[in-house]
Amino acid sequence: MAGTRPKRVAGRGRDAVLGVLGLLVVVGLAEALPRLGIVNDSYLPPASAMFAELVDQLGEAAFWTDLGATLRGWATGLAIAMAAGIVLGVVIGSVGFLRDLTASTIEFLRPIPSVALIPLVVLLYGSRPTSALILVVYASFWQILVQVLYGVADVDPVVRDTARSYRFSRLTTVRTVVWPTALPYVMTGFRLAASVALILEITAELIVGVPGLGKSIGVAQSSGAVEKTYALVIVVGIIGVTVNLVARALERRTLRWHVSIRKEAR
Amino acid sequence: MRFARTIAYALALPIVLVAVWWFASAGSTSVFWPPLSKIVSVFGETWTADRWTGDVLPSLARLAAGYAVAMATGVLLGVVIGLYRPVRAFCEPTLEFFRAVPPPVLVPVIALFLGYTGDASKIVTIALGCLWPILLNTVEGVRGLDEVMLDTARCYRFSAWTRLRQVVLRGASPQIAAGARQALSIGVILMVISELFGANRGLGASIVQFQRSFAVPQMWTGIILLGVLGFLLSVLFRLVEHYSLAWYRGLRQADRGA
Repeated sequence: MAGTRPKRVAGRGRDAVLGVLGLLVVVGLAEALPRLGIVNDSYLPPASAMFAELVDQLGEAAFWTDLGATLRGWATGLAIAMAAGIVLGVVIGSVGFLRDLTASTIEFLRPIPSVALIPLVVLLYGSRPTSALILVVYASFWQILVQVLYGVADVDPVVRDTARSYRFSRLTTVRTVVWPTALPYVMTGFRLAASVALILEITAELIVGVPGLGKSIGVAQSSGAVEKTYALVIVVGIIGVTVNLVARALERRTLRWHVSIRKEAR
Repeated sequence: MRFARTIAYALALPIVLVAVWWFASAGSTSVFWPPLSKIVSVFGETWTADRWTGDVLPSLARLAAGYAVAMATGVLLGVVIGLYRPVRAFCEPTLEFFRAVPPPVLVPVIALFLGYTGDASKIVTIALGCLWPILLNTVEGVRGLDEVMLDTARCYRFSAWTRLRQVVLRGASPQIAAGARQALSIGVILMVISELFGANRGLGASIVQFQRSFAVPQMWTGIILLGVLGFLLSVLFRLVEHYSLAWYRGLRQADRGA
């Protein structure tokens, strides 16, 4: 369909322009509303002031320490949750007996809001990074576990039986049959868990006082540093967008061979 | 027989886990891990009628209010954005950014505007946090509608209102439900967080008060209560989804069978 291609590309270009325009309008509004006095600038400072403060922050050592602490906490928690979720998911999912036995418990534990654990971790670890780590791992673990369980359940019974007839060892079956089927689900779980982990990391910093960007936002707000509050919120938003984009890019890359991605690319 | 087996499977592990907790903590003298028997025995005296009407129900009411606002706004905006491609292109990057901001950082920002003692600020926090998953999923759902179906409805001169209700909303409802489910768990998180921040009454605030006054068994009852509420809300959601999306399950089964 060579004929439709340039049109589609042109459409995409127009979409991108509109998207940038949309962002500019929002920034413009954030600049105009306080300048015109429609919104009190001690609630919403002009966008230019936020960005100026943001640039100032980039020169501060404390900002980079906070950023590092937040990212480290997020990545460590996510990695632990990924490892635990995948291993347990594959084991539980592959053994029918375990699957039936644990289903009710998983269904009960999963919806428990991880923030319910905040008072407990505060008692146990105070504002040390361990507090944040526990919340992050708890919240993201379920996302991954459940996706892996769906993925393992999705294995084609004929393929599974074929592997058994050929006397594949358990490990080979997992590697060549279960894992490729479950991989798209694992990546979905990773994408969901990555953003949930960020939410919990920031929550722990904001509420419990674990060092990081969240804590600085809380401090900035309560000390009346309005521009800094907004600047840091923007930074956290940018981290969130980056996490989403990286997760999506990773998903595409690891699943390049998969039908769903091949179709999209065409 | 089969039924009995299912029940046995469903109950076996929870019973074992509770039993392990019960006996492992039985002689516990640790301040942080009181015996489960102690926790159970203080449950009744902690969650009195006064606490239910003064803390738990107001928390749930705020959650319901915020969630309802997010649902109405999210679906309404989502339909508009999803139906018109230029609007969608215009809004998408901005929406992606706002969605990516972790909802808890909204709390300090809202505190700047409204202070953080009243109900309004908490409801706004919950509503703003729940809005994005509902909105973006509605946009996706509306965008994925079958063009032929929309055109057919137009050819048959369905009124705009009927088209909206029967074709657009109905067709997008599986996606909307997915967004609503994500939003519910975010809503519960924000219900608790909003109370941790502005310390007054509420379920989350009570748990923190117990923790600050080192009333550890009472704190545990709060954690358990919150867990049970989270579980019940997800069961309730699934029931509603089960009935309202019955047609969709039927359709999918028919597709698969064919």
